[in-house]
Order: sequence, then structure tokens, then C-alpha cells
Amino acid sequence: MKLSVNGTVHDLDIEPEMPLLWVLRDELNIKGPKFGCGIAACGACTVHVDGEPVRSCTLPIGDVDGEVTTIEAIGSDDSLHAVQQAWIEEQVPQCGYCQSGQIMSAVALLQDIPNPSDADIDDAMSGNLCRCGTYPRIRAAIKRAATANMEA
Amino acid sequence: MRAQQENPKRSRLGKIARRTFLIGTGAIAGGLAIGYYFYQRDFDNPLLSDQDKGESTFNPFVKIAADNTITIIVPRAEMGQGVTTTLAALVAEELDIALDAVIVEHGPASSAYLNQAMLIDSAPVPAFDDSFTAGGYRGSMEILSRFLAIQATGGSSSTVDAFEKMRFAGCAAREVLKQAAAEKFDVSPAALVTENGRVEDPVSGLSATYGELAASAATMSPPADMQLRTRSQWKLLGKSQPRTDIRQKVTGAPIFGIDVELPDMVYATVKMNPHLGGRVNSIDARQAEDMKGVIKVVPIESQTGNGFAIIADNSWRAFQAAEAVNVDWGPAPYPADSAQITARLREAMQSGDRFSLREVGDPDKAFANSTPDQILEAEYEVPFLAHATMEPMNATARLKDGKLDIWAPNQSPTIIRSVCASVANLDSDQVHVHTTFMGGGFGRRAEVDFSIYATKLAMLTDGRPVKVTWTREEDTTHDTYRPAALARYRALLNDQGLPTALHAAVAAPSVTASVIGRTYPSLPMAGPDKTLIEGAYDQPYAIDNVRIDAAKADIAVPVGFWRSVGNSYNAFMQESFLDEIAASTGKDPLALRLELSKSWPVATQLLEKVAQMAHWGEKLPNGRAQGIAFTLSFGTWVAQIVQVREIDGSIKIEKVWCVADPGEVLDPAIFKAQMVSGIIFGLSSATGQEITFSEGMVEQSNFHDFDAMRMNQCPAIEVEILENSPHMGGAGEPGTPPSIPALANAIFALNAKRIRQLPLSREVDFA
Repeated sequence: MKLSVNGTVHDLDIEPEMPLLWVLRDELNIKGPKFGCGIAACGACTVHVDGEPVRSCTLPIGDVDGEVTTIEAIGSDDSLHAVQQAWIEEQVPQCGYCQSGQIMSAVALLQDIPNPSDADIDDAMSGNLCRCGTYPRIRAAIKRAATANMEA
Repeated sequence: MRAQQENPKRSRLGKIARRTFLIGTGAIAGGLAIGYYFYQRDFDNPLLSDQDKGESTFNPFVKIAADNTITIIVPRAEMGQGVTTTLAALVAEELDIALDAVIVEHGPASSAYLNQAMLIDSAPVPAFDDSFTAGGYRGSMEILSRFLAIQATGGSSSTVDAFEKMRFAGCAAREVLKQAAAEKFDVSPAALVTENGRVEDPVSGLSATYGELAASAATMSPPADMQLRTRSQWKLLGKSQPRTDIRQKVTGAPIFGIDVELPDMVYATVKMNPHLGGRVNSIDARQAEDMKGVIKVVPIESQTGNGFAIIADNSWRAFQAAEAVNVDWGPAPYPADSAQITARLREAMQSGDRFSLREVGDPDKAFANSTPDQILEAEYEVPFLAHATMEPMNATARLKDGKLDIWAPNQSPTIIRSVCASVANLDSDQVHVHTTFMGGGFGRRAEVDFSIYATKLAMLTDGRPVKVTWTREEDTTHDTYRPAALARYRALLNDQGLPTALHAAVAAPSVTASVIGRTYPSLPMAGPDKTLIEGAYDQPYAIDNVRIDAAKADIAVPVGFWRSVGNSYNAFMQESFLDEIAASTGKDPLALRLELSKSWPVATQLLEKVAQMAHWGEKLPNGRAQGIAFTLSFGTWVAQIVQVREIDGSIKIEKVWCVADPGEVLDPAIFKAQMVSGIIFGLSSATGQEITFSEGMVEQSNFHDFDAMRMNQCPAIEVEILENSPHMGGAGEPGTPPSIPALANAIFALNAKRIRQLPLSREVDFA
């Protein structure tokens, strides 16, 4: 089966029911998406399929029908994504484990709604759990990135 | 005394070290040779045995390579509390180097990295007690800390412990670099200045990089009269710094234990008896052994649990195969369900087998001489809680050529080294613990279970590394839980509505006994365990007659250190009870606390400040109310006010105001983030978390039934810092305890509903 991740097509001989997360982590050594719950309840595994945020821990690779993008490919070493940059400016992460998923959800939110309200942020981000309690800074960083988008 | 006046925000560690040193050696003029040399003289520098070519090391905290690569060892595990930034800044400040110009590493497991502040804070005396007797207890713990030499991250102690020793480490390196430069330039060291990783002679204009000087400097001894930078000279400390790990954390870098990837590695998972501590009667793994990717199924018997592991070529395949194994599990050694556990707590609470750590006046006599109408009584209960770190438990191990390597996100590397050496029949020096970043710790990663299982599997994989990842279900059902606890409080009130006597009996299983029992099973753990009543017996409230009794309940559920430990429930109980005292006589809850704590100006200033921030006492719009609470824990004084709002029968937590006084703050932004974090952690537990038992097993399994606060539930939080306390306190935990009673008290203020049992969601709905 073929799977395109971050612009590279992989030819894989894997049972179609294996969740995308474990294909990424254990077969392709792409470690940005994290394992948190395995039941789509915490959002740590969030990646994009054709730009849409999905919980990769419950998505069988047999059902993946588009380009997969992980946190590793939303920016580059020279030029981070505006959301990553905002995350640095607001000093969002603490332990950092949930942040790949948070950032992927935030990137998708801002693609959808360039200038989200607090309610939009609640709707888009409440599926992403953070045990360190970085929510106030996540909210501030999303607004900062939105402002940067508007000015760009 | 004089030194203390000049440097009032000294950590207790410095004070004790200085006293011990003076007792041990006679007088040392000026007290400057304290600290660093005292701590270091018995322990070898672990960096010496593992130096790269061209690298020089000056002490356990500093390495400098010939190419001027400067590495600072921060021997505390990063779990979001910011140690890789703040502790690195202690060294960088003295070395005159920018934080973004250094590499920060955790370093090896070593006694040289012992945590003394953590042990000293475990002395059974209140943090506000500066008496000679209290100092004696702390001194004894300081001596014990050197004897045990435990390297650990916990007890909100990292900054307090490092404050002097890591600055001295940077200072010592700087001074020998100056000496090496002085020889090279043929000038006096005193004439030289250090800046941005260079030593310069302002007169001649000669200069050299630290890297060019490192090899010769490393052979020199620092002068006896090293001078630490004064506060007015600080460039980094006292100011918020960008976190050194931030770029890795916004780019998804593979920095966590679960991300470890090694050549030829296999992947495993464990499934241990859900009847915690029970045996395995029989295992039928035939179906699992035939499943795709499965390499082998192996039984595990250990001091922390019994069960089996699946070793496979992919973590998910191991998870799938684990589900296909049929096991007959033996029963647990504790009562089978939550009702029976509560009954066991009640038995303990009513038994005469108690200890107390502090008695003021004679509360028994005071109550005996009272009439029933003067007495207020209430009973409080809290459940077991899981840690629920975002990163499930995991560890990777490789046993090859007589050497065991363990990669683990962990809070206790020297303990893991000794326990896993014994599991693998090796000497400790054949075991190498690699401490990775942690996706949350909260005390859970001070445990040894995940490292033991990885070690046992590494003994069966012929030298191949094995990464053992737990499922979330395994993590939730095999935690070392915050204990369930039950307490009965009573107060004797005078005509002014003030308590003249306060007594409580608190029953809970002992965390310390549980941890030691499974970590070092041969060590007996008898005697008092301060964690049962911390947050209750040690609060700065002046009441004529006080005693808090503790009863260790005989309940063999594994319990462990959960962010703020005993403070997490004692603060809820005592601060709720103070609110009940106020309500019973119509007193303002803030006024009552101000009255009781008036001998402690630190508390008074804190309470007044938080009241001012929240406009306490002013009329709020309908459907809104505020509650207040205060806790002194881990040396830090914290007052909080929570504001709630009723919306369509549900309670929304709108806002939290927090004032914290840890004596001195080295990084305000990181300190405030820790307060916010601790508050959200506490409110998460109060609004819905509980671990319950049925048929000997934990009933909750994943985030659907053991959730935490989400973005849409998170209140606005405002934090202010005061620095009036005479001693440096911690940051990681003290934000948690007062958040829970402040919420409960706000709900009482809102609808007169007094909730004495956690989680509060048993009686109200949260929005």
C-alpha cells in the first residue's frame, strides 16, 4: 500500500487496520505525532490528512486517502510556521508532549478561520488535552498567529 | 546572623550547610567557602569518566570543549517546570555566557547530583518554624541526604537545591579559566574580565575563548575566596528567560522517552495484574504467539507487579497481541471495592493508633471542658487519583556485553540504577541511566516499575534494545495513586467566632511506606509519615490549642507522590473547615484567615494582595461568587481566590487570582507558569477526577472516564508574586493545594452548598 507523508511516498506492506500513528512512529520513525490515549480522546497524535486535522491513533492506514502532514513538515529549519513562531513568542510549552497535537489543531483552525473568536478556539482546541495547563498561553499564541496572518 | 541579614533570601540549604561546615571544621572567615566545596568533597565528578576528545570538565556541572562548546549539566529531569532553563541560568550567570550559547544536558545518574533540599523539606516541622529545634530536624535530614545521596527531581526542590551549588559551579569554572588566561597573558587573574565565553585583559587587549583555555584551566584549583555575583550584578537571574528547550518542543523533536529509537530495537508492552499486587495463576498465550509481528510472550514477576509482556516488531502489534492473552489473575491484597476501602479508612480514623507531629496547648482538655454548642464538626473525604501524565509510562533497555543501558523519562535516576542493577544481577556501575525529557511527571515518574519491566525484558532479547510502551489503559489502571483519605475536623469556637481549639483525625494509606515497600522491599518503613498530614499540621494559623492526628490506614493499594502529595487533600479539608467556621458565625472568610495568621506578616501581605486583586467583598453580579483559600507548602506561601458563575444550573469557573510568595523568584515567567499549571491541575481533580475500585480493579481506564480540564473549561488566571518570605520555596507544587478548597468555598458562597467530598462533581455540574 502507498502512503504519502510530508511529500514522500512510502510503499508499505502493513495490515490496513494499523492506526496511522503507529505506522508513522514505529515504521517510518516520524516521532512528532505522540501517543497519548489510543481512543482519540487527547489529541496528542493530531496530524493533517489533506489539510484536515485527524487523530492518527484511531485512523486505520487503510482508510487514509490523502497526503499526510505531520508537525515535522509544517515549517522548515530556516522558517518556522507562523503558529510555531507564535508558540515560541508566547513561550507556550511546558513538558511539551501535547504540543505537536496542539499546534497541528491550531494550524488547521487558522486555515479555516483566519481570525478565530474565543468560542472558535474553544471548539477547535478542546479535543487537545494538556496536563501542564498551558491553555491560557495556547489561546494567546493562536491570537498572536492570527494577528500575524492578518498583517501579512 | 550577619550573613543572613546581608543575604536574606538564602535557601535553607545554604544556612544548614554553612552551620554544619562551621561545626565540622571550626571557623571559616566570612562563610564563603561554604556550599560548593562542602557538597562536592565526597563525590567524584561523573563527567570525568565519559569525556569526549577535546573536552574538559571543571566540576559535575560544567564541560567545555576546545571548540568553545559549553555544556551545562542540569541534573534534574525536565517535565515542563523549566529546570533546563532556570538551573542552566544559575551556571550561565556566573560563567558570563548567554543561555542560547550553551548546550543543556541532564547528565548521568550520580550521587554527585544528590538532592538535599528535597530531603531537608521532608523534616517534620512547619516551613514557618525557624526555631533552634526545627533547625536541628532540618540539619539531621541534611546529613541523611548526604548519606543517601539520592538524585531526584521532586518535592518542588530543584531551584532551592541548586541555587547555591550551581552558581558556585559556574563561578569555580570562571575563576580557573581566568587563572589559565592569567598564566597565558602573564597578568594577574584579578585584572581579567569574562564575557560571552571569552576571558579578556582590558589593558593589553589580549583575549582567549573558554575553549582555548579549558584544558589547562581544568587542571587548576579555584581560589578559596570565590565571590558569587551579587543580585545587582545579575543579568539572567531574576528576569524571565526564553526556555532553552522551546524550539525542540514546537517542532516535534524526538526528545521524550517514548521517542527513543535504537538500531535493531524491538517493541514491547506489558499487561500486569489489574488486581494490583496480585499474583498470576495461569497464562494462555497460544493465540497471541501466532499473531503478526509477535516475537515472544514472557511472564513478569517483580516487586512492583506480576503479569506478562509481549515483545513484537511494532508497539501497536504488541498492544493487539496483549489483548489476545487469556490470564487467570490472582486477587488483590486490599478490599475489593471503594465502599470497603472507605470503611477501612473509617476504622483507621477511629482507632487509637495515631501519631501527630505538633501540638499547641492542650486540645483534649479544651474540648473536654467545652459544651456541645461551642463545637463545630465536619467530615471530609477524598478519592484516589491517577497522575495521568500525557506521555504514558515507558522505558527502553539494552543489556549487552555486561552493561545495562536504560533510557527512561524518570525523576529518580540513582534509584533506578540501584534497583535495576539488582534486578539484572549487575553492579551499579554497570548500569547507565539516560534520563530523557518527560511528557509530564507529577511524581509518577519517581517510580521504578517501568524501568524494572524494561530491564527484565532486556534480559531476554539477546542484546537487542527493547522499548516498552504502556497503553493508556495500563497506565491508568496501574498507577501509584494519590491516596484516598478521610478526616474528621472539630473546632471549639469562642464568643467572637474564633477557634480556640482545633483538632483533626486524618486517615490515609502511607505514601512513604508504599513507595519504599515496592522500591526497596527489604527496607522496613515504620514510624510517622509526614505526608499524611502535611498541609494541615503545618499551617501558619495561631490557635491556642491544636493537634492534627494521623492514622496510617492498612490499605495495600499502591499509593505514590502526586503533585503536592498530602497537601493536595489536607488543604481541601482544613481550608474548607476554616470556611465552615467563618460561615457558622457569620464571619468573613478572609477576615478569619487574616485574624488567625496575623503573627505572620508574609501571610497577611499575601491575603491582602489577593483580596485586592479580586475585589474581595465587593458586590458581584447575580449568579457569581468567590471563595478563598491559603496554603503554605514546599516553602511557598500561596493564596487564591476562585470566582464561579452559575449558568443554566452548571458551574463555570470564571477566574482565579493567585498570589505566591516563595521568598525569591529566579524566573518570573516560568514561576507564574508553574502556578497556573498547579491551579489547573488542582481544579482538574476537584471538578471530576476520581479513581474507584470494583472487584479489586480500578474502574477508570482512559481520558473518557478520567479526564482533566480542557481549553473551554479553563478560567482566566492572574498570578502575582511577592518576595517577603525569608526562605526560598518551590514552584512546581504549591499552586495546586489552595485551588481545590478555594473552588469548594466559592461554590458554598454561590449556593450555600457545602461539599465535603471530592470530586465536587458528585454534587454539582460543571460547565
